[in-house]
Amino acid sequence: MSSPYDIQVIQAEEDPTFRPDLVMGGATFASIDDAVAGVAEGFLKKPSLAWYAMFGLAISILGMLGAVVAYLLFTGVGIWGNQSPVFWGWPIVNFVFWVGIAHAGTLISAILFLLKQDWRTGINRFAEAMTIFAVCCAGLFPAIHVGRVWLVYWLFPIPNQMTLWPQFRSPLLWDVFAVSTYATVSLLFWYMGLIPDLATFRDRSRTKLRKFLYGAFAMGWTGSSRHWHRYEKAYLILAGLATPLVLSVHTVVSFDFAVSQLPGWHTTIFPPYFVAGAIFSGFAMVLTLMIPVRSIFNLQHIVTMRHLEVMCKIILATGSMVGYAYALEFFIAWYSGNPYERFAFTNRAFGPYAWAYWIMVSCNVISPQLFWFKKIRQNIALIWIITIFVNIGMWFERFVITITSLSRDFLPGSWGYFSPTLFDGLTLLGSFGLFFTLFLLFVRFLPIIAISEVKSILHKQNHTKANHGGHH
Amino acid sequence: MENQNQSLGLLAEYETPEGLMAAAARVRDGGYKRWDTHTPFPVHGIDDAMGIKPTILPWIVLGAAAAGTATALLLQYVTNAVLYPYEISGKPFFHWVPAFPVTFELTVLFAGITTLLAMLALNRLPRLHNPLFDMERFDRATQDRFFLAIDAKDPLYNATSAKALLAGTGANAVEDIPDRGANDKLPGWMLQVAVVAVFATFVPLGMIVKAYYNVTDKPALHVVGDMDWQYSYRYGEQVPLFADGRAMRPQVEGTIARGELETDDAFHRGLTPEGLPLAAMPIEASPALMARGQERYDIFCTPCHGAAGLGDGMVNRRALANGNQAGSAGGWVAPSNLMQQYLLDQGDGELFGTITNGIRTMPAYAAQIPAKDRWAIVLYVRALQRAGTATMDDVPADQRGALNQ
Repeated sequence: MSSPYDIQVIQAEEDPTFRPDLVMGGATFASIDDAVAGVAEGFLKKPSLAWYAMFGLAISILGMLGAVVAYLLFTGVGIWGNQSPVFWGWPIVNFVFWVGIAHAGTLISAILFLLKQDWRTGINRFAEAMTIFAVCCAGLFPAIHVGRVWLVYWLFPIPNQMTLWPQFRSPLLWDVFAVSTYATVSLLFWYMGLIPDLATFRDRSRTKLRKFLYGAFAMGWTGSSRHWHRYEKAYLILAGLATPLVLSVHTVVSFDFAVSQLPGWHTTIFPPYFVAGAIFSGFAMVLTLMIPVRSIFNLQHIVTMRHLEVMCKIILATGSMVGYAYALEFFIAWYSGNPYERFAFTNRAFGPYAWAYWIMVSCNVISPQLFWFKKIRQNIALIWIITIFVNIGMWFERFVITITSLSRDFLPGSWGYFSPTLFDGLTLLGSFGLFFTLFLLFVRFLPIIAISEVKSILHKQNHTKANHGGHH
Repeated sequence: MENQNQSLGLLAEYETPEGLMAAAARVRDGGYKRWDTHTPFPVHGIDDAMGIKPTILPWIVLGAAAAGTATALLLQYVTNAVLYPYEISGKPFFHWVPAFPVTFELTVLFAGITTLLAMLALNRLPRLHNPLFDMERFDRATQDRFFLAIDAKDPLYNATSAKALLAGTGANAVEDIPDRGANDKLPGWMLQVAVVAVFATFVPLGMIVKAYYNVTDKPALHVVGDMDWQYSYRYGEQVPLFADGRAMRPQVEGTIARGELETDDAFHRGLTPEGLPLAAMPIEASPALMARGQERYDIFCTPCHGAAGLGDGMVNRRALANGNQAGSAGGWVAPSNLMQQYLLDQGDGELFGTITNGIRTMPAYAAQIPAKDRWAIVLYVRALQRAGTATMDDVPADQRGALNQ
């Protein structure tokens, strides 16, 4: 089989400076509209049975989550396995897992934008949406974990009749600010990127209701060049703001652990190691979702093999960083000469949770190393399987960090073994229901590709070809 | 409308960004001020072709970022160092290092929100209506066509010459922008509702401020009362928690109620059943008790009363050496010399009471010394008094010679 991409790959092997096209198959501005808007429009005309089946499943799981949370509110956090000495348990593991996934979107939109990586345009909208949905899932866990959910507003500095204020020297409070700022700025960034594409949807709408709704959210966008000028400046500023923000969020999340004095948590490597892990898991989740979506909706010419390959390389790079961090943690534990620190790490790898530790190592350190091979980077089925392993591994990473350190601290008399309950499992499953419900709604009603940006890249690509055509 | 078909300006459509760019350069050179181009994606180079000046947006964002930084620092300082200073792990109430994360986040938050809002405001968006949307052709401005619009309000605008200019730029089509009489003003009632709504929000705020600054003897108002009024089982209620189903738990064996401990007044308080001090000790004297009393006396009593009970302990001597005037008003209260007559006359119970409860500047020793040891001390003090007030007559006749030497 020789697809246009294969032909270009052969060309790339002959000329190392050659890069395959980012928009393939002789696309035009109009054909991009048809392809992207077609996803939503096609659905509205005749929603596919598969979508309904998936949505039905997702929303049922979401409903189950609602029931579990209601039960939790009426009963208390005792329905989970959280018990002395492990009071953080799965809710915090799940929180860190989802926040980590939420890092890919803004990283792709902001950092790759500043680095002028044009390939981001094919996947950024998708990844940003994923980010926001993952933040929703992440935010759920600390909120329900506090027990008295109706007092969760105590986390924020709101004047109250008790004249009490939050304690700003605690990393848990920094976390409140970091995650809520990240959620807000990611939403703004996503919405701003959507405005021109919502205008495209508005102008393609054939029904009054759709025209009104898309029109309301497009806010009267006309594609004016004077508007574009300020829009691009605003986008650049937001990218500049979001770049340190992305790095700060998981840094602050890691402070929740690193600022405490528990062996296995109290290490300076946590911030960079958490950020690398977050990007690692985020890209894996983007690929896990993107691979089925691009083939279901025939978007292979916009999300090309080159996009998938580049993301595989990022997973390889960040996966190696994570593996390096695991190794360095052991070295520092030995080098510190601190018996508690040494015990914490020996206990991680060979103690009662050794099974979780080695699942983590196999999924996170070994499986991404397969991406050194070009054959594997171009095998869509293998990529998909490996990214799922990475997702599993990253959940276990948070499990290992949270549970092993808490379950065996300084006093052997307070040691215990954490066992999750049925409700721990149902809450985690339910968060996937929330995620996929939002995700399926997004796929159905909103532009899943940044249309105007892809057109921009297509224009640039055509322009470059026209200018360099004569040289070869 | 006096003229239904009045034109609001001209709209020209182009096939490619390059065609539009060339046209834009010509309109700019024509001296027009109120005109614009509309494209499905940002066309690079059009800013120069149209003569668009750099936006002030970055400066607005910079201001917002500074406001975010200041708000965060002030918030953390005022709440944690002024309104609710709370000692934790000996950390300072306010320091820039722990304040850094929240300061950074609020800086980004303020700047981020402002970026979007200021971009929209500078672009005069959201806009309720735009005459361009009345033109079916214009739908493609967000898809695959490139447009140039000249506003009829431009001072240089002249329908004929503008049309001629655009026609010469290779446009697909040049059309009048029709005036359908719509405007993008908000209906007046919406404005009134908005103003009323804004003022209405001041009412609860004012009530909160009033409550905050006024003193009341009523209990604090809690939005959720479950911390104040927690559910608990009442006497006689049945509960499923215990095998016997009783909410009120029976006492554990050996439980003693308050006030039922140390009920022996004579032994623990040195009192008769009538509440008067005992004349004699309620326990029997013995050499062992005497030895115990000497040991306890040496530990607890000698610092003030001295080893012989003469009130010349180290504390007293040191106080006098430091120039403390004994006996004067507000001056040093010297420890008693146990050989004073009134002390010799006191019964054992009263002496025991003094050790138990303290007197003048002497503290109560009930907490440090168990009752039996206090009786031992009483016994030893009696011995000291006997020795300290003895005369030669008390010495057996055959020993007097030894003392006289």
